[in-house]
Amino acid sequence: MAKVIGAVVIDTARCKGCELCVVACPTDVLALQPKEVNDRGYHFAYTANPDACIGCASCATVCPDACFTVYRQVIK
Amino acid sequence: MNTQDIIKPENLVASRPRLFTDAITHYCPGCSHGVVHRLVAELIDEMGLTDRTVGIAPVGCAVFAYNYIDVDWVEAAHGRAPAVATAISRLNPENFVFTYQGDGDLSAIGCAETIHAANRGENIVIIFINNAIYGMTGGQMAPTTLLGMKTATCPYGRREDLNGYPLPISNLLAQLDGTCYVTRQAVHTPAAVRTAKKALKHAIENALAKRGTSVVEFVSTCNSGWKMTPAQANDWMAEHMFAKYPLGDLKNRQD
Repeated sequence: MAKVIGAVVIDTARCKGCELCVVACPTDVLALQPKEVNDRGYHFAYTANPDACIGCASCATVCPDACFTVYRQVIK
Repeated sequence: MNTQDIIKPENLVASRPRLFTDAITHYCPGCSHGVVHRLVAELIDEMGLTDRTVGIAPVGCAVFAYNYIDVDWVEAAHGRAPAVATAISRLNPENFVFTYQGDGDLSAIGCAETIHAANRGENIVIIFINNAIYGMTGGQMAPTTLLGMKTATCPYGRREDLNGYPLPISNLLAQLDGTCYVTRQAVHTPAAVRTAKKALKHAIENALAKRGTSVVEFVSTCNSGWKMTPAQANDWMAEHMFAKYPLGDLKNRQD
């Protein structure tokens, strides 16, 4: 069976740490930085578990600040 | 396979809309406005309307929408966006004209303008963000505030004997002969966002085909005004708001 793998690139400077992407992600790839903050003081999202990404773009769909760029590849 | 090997232009499935400017929005973290802005920007770009779109910005949180989406905008006085849109769409009928209004703008001060523009059947799209509160001014009670909901001006909850009932303005607009499409959507989950995008696309097609006024209501959150986290606000909306404002098409006239 073909396997789908994905990758997300997050514009962390734009992220406001609202956590909606973390809730929306079906494979628990994303999390908020527990300690680090960006220039505007928000705990930005990062890929805590990047290998689980399936490139479904749910994060990009719900992100209010359009921080996500999502890539998807099917391995046959 | 390495993550870097997947990041190639041919594998791209989602990115920042081309029509978004580089400005960072002033909206609170998790605000529904950002998602609706993205749907508007994506659809205008996909439908090839970039150089003939005129948006009417409201007064409210979305007042700076003209800084975020790179199309032509006019800023209307509070509540008067449908009146300004009427003039623009009549003088330039080849243009696609939409208003982007909140519940304070559309259903309180702009109630008359909205109802009359819809009753005249102007060929515009009214995008209505209903978060049941005045977000920009600090969370006061709006006409759409739910019974029992606490705001800055009804700290013990809205009471029907004192404050009246929540106003389902989309249901009123659906009664009018001038409207061709009235729908209520939400953007709290990926599935809801995709459905909402289809509804908004249908509304834009109606405006281009001159079928009459289309109203797309987005039941939204105001997590700052509701004093919740964005994720809690989405859950609260699904639990309480959808009972009074159920999602779906209220009217869809095809002719």
